[in-house]
Amino acid sequence: MKACVTPDEDTGHEGRGGHAGQDGHGTTGRASGRRGRSPRLRPHPFGLRTRLVLAFLLVAAVGCGTTAALTYRAARNAILEQTQDTAVSAFREQIDALGTTLPIEPEMLRDTLMMVARQGKPRAWRVYAEYGTLRVSSTDRPTSSVITPELRARAADDEAVPHGSFQRVVKNGTPYLTIAVPAVFLARSAEGPPQRTGLVFYAVMELSEEEANIEAMVTAARDGALPALAVALIPALIAARGVLRPVRELRHAAHSMGRGRLDTRIHAKGSDELADLARTFNESAAELERSVAELRNAEARARRFASDVSHELRTPLAGMLAVTEVLDEDAGSLDSDTARAVRLISAETGKLAVLVEDLMEISRFDARAAELHTDEVDAADCVRKTLQQRHWTDPTQVVPYLTEGIRARLDPRRFDVVVANLVGNALRHGEAPVTVRLWAEGDQLVTEVADRGPGIHPDVLPHVFDRFYKADQARTRSAGSGLGLAITLENVRLHGGTVTAADDPEGGAVFTVRMPL
Amino acid sequence: MPRVLLIEDDPSVREGVELGLRRRGHEVRTAATGEAGLDALAEFRPDLLLLDLMLPGINGVQVCRRVRESSQLPIIMLTARGDDFDVVIGLEAGADDYIVKPARTEVIEARIRAVLRRIEEPAGGRAAVEFHGELAIDRAGLTVAKAGERIALAPSELKLLLHLTAAPEQVFSRQQLLEHVWEHSYHGDARLVDACVRRLRNKIEDTPGDPRYIQTLRGFGYRFGPLGPL
Repeated sequence: MKACVTPDEDTGHEGRGGHAGQDGHGTTGRASGRRGRSPRLRPHPFGLRTRLVLAFLLVAAVGCGTTAALTYRAARNAILEQTQDTAVSAFREQIDALGTTLPIEPEMLRDTLMMVARQGKPRAWRVYAEYGTLRVSSTDRPTSSVITPELRARAADDEAVPHGSFQRVVKNGTPYLTIAVPAVFLARSAEGPPQRTGLVFYAVMELSEEEANIEAMVTAARDGALPALAVALIPALIAARGVLRPVRELRHAAHSMGRGRLDTRIHAKGSDELADLARTFNESAAELERSVAELRNAEARARRFASDVSHELRTPLAGMLAVTEVLDEDAGSLDSDTARAVRLISAETGKLAVLVEDLMEISRFDARAAELHTDEVDAADCVRKTLQQRHWTDPTQVVPYLTEGIRARLDPRRFDVVVANLVGNALRHGEAPVTVRLWAEGDQLVTEVADRGPGIHPDVLPHVFDRFYKADQARTRSAGSGLGLAITLENVRLHGGTVTAADDPEGGAVFTVRMPL
Repeated sequence: MPRVLLIEDDPSVREGVELGLRRRGHEVRTAATGEAGLDALAEFRPDLLLLDLMLPGINGVQVCRRVRESSQLPIIMLTARGDDFDVVIGLEAGADDYIVKPARTEVIEARIRAVLRRIEEPAGGRAAVEFHGELAIDRAGLTVAKAGERIALAPSELKLLLHLTAAPEQVFSRQQLLEHVWEHSYHGDARLVDACVRRLRNKIEDTPGDPRYIQTLRGFGYRFGPLGPL
């Protein structure tokens, strides 16, 4: 039985002694903690907005909770104290007014108790009396389990204040006020301290009504707090919006910058930290734009220079190239040194013309001025014509394996350059026979040129498409311009395709061109 | 040997090309400007005009237009690759072919021969005059008339029309036409064909936008006819 009796509050002394102890009431509403950060998914489950709203709600909840708790406690004490004071003083008065006679007559005492019990103030109470082992009560049972030994001890020991003690007890969920008043008699002198009779009266009063009042207060506080929380959501959302809008703008701006729109700026207004951030972003963006513009200008100047040089070289070359035949024809009739010099000039003029043309071609790619003139053609025909035109018809030199009947949309001139450069390269740097394969794979046209040479050295492999890349540093010049594979790469790219170089495990280099059909 | 008028402003190109062609037996007259070239035209009466596009004063395209106003003289443009836009304009203006500078004399001469070839050697052994709808084509006389009215066709236009009408309703790819009509490589510039077809349509079609004689087969090429009922 005792186990379920829990003192609700420290016992107080005197009537007004019921002082509040630490009331454990507080806010335990914990903002749900941050779980493991989700990776960069679009909707952030614990994004800034959620966190801001949660923080606002948390603050609002703490505020409401604290206020409610303080109010509740103060009001509760006021209510309980009033009840206690009334009850204790009323009980004491009634006990004082009793003319208790010794020895105790249980029957008489019981009648007295019944009388006192009827006059419970402010509410009905049950009255018990204890004297030694004697137990008398106003009810059926001689004693109450609500009266704690502690109260009994207090009533017995309390010499200084024999006016009464009280205790609030909760039993089986029902709150009780228990009051103990020892019966005294004024012996010998009126001034002397009252003497105990040993008889102690107890009153037990239910505090359900007060508890109900307090419940009502809690309910009221809660009913007030919930709308307050709901209202707190509005400034939370507004604040979140205020923070998130600039953040979102910043994100869009950064994204847009990342995609190359360097003139992206953010509308920076206000004087808060986010506006500072926006201004910093704008300044950095402007700086970046300036640097990039400078770089681009420098690059454009370099490209224009290459293009201009080629242009300027072309006109004298046009005159020179037109007369190389004259030189070649007449070289035979000149003395041998002059003839050699003349033939050298003729040959080099031809190479120079090729080089300048290739440079022009590369310049056009760099300036993005290269145009694709696509036509729907028979791919096998196209490759066959390329080989025929270059006189690569000797089957010991070049072996075509062409899938017939593939119609492809491509620029025939550029495709011719691609195939011719790859086959020419294979014949020059690899070994015959060079195989040219052509087939369709899904929506791709695959052209593969393989030779039987030593293959490409791993150090060279990453650079085969570089301009003027020399695999062998000692070799100063190859038969080509040094731009052939670079031009091949650009032409394939222009078609939206890819070209790769690799070593065949069985020996030889393999170049594979994949272009959309 | 054909007589060639070369209009080229750059002295070294002018001299080089002249020297090269003369060595191959051509009779060459040169002019440094478009105006001088137009003046020389009447007096020299060339078989072919080699015309640089970039000229001071009136440019090559304008010279081309002026020539076409009165004559169907074969015209080959000299151009630098990369001047793509000029090439298209030159072709629209009526040039028959173009050569990219720098070029060897053998290349230039091959082009000259190609442009002149059919004109000199008309196909023999056919009915003298063929009729296709309103078109009357005289293969021997190398003349074309529409509804009895003679149409002046530039050499490339005439050759294209003769080639297409030799096999009516047969589809020719642009690459095939480049090879056979222009004697270019298969991988040549298909814009030559397209420009020539446009010019030809403007001359022989009733409504060039809705061609009846020279029809396009998208993705395949061109064919002559079928004419169908009007």
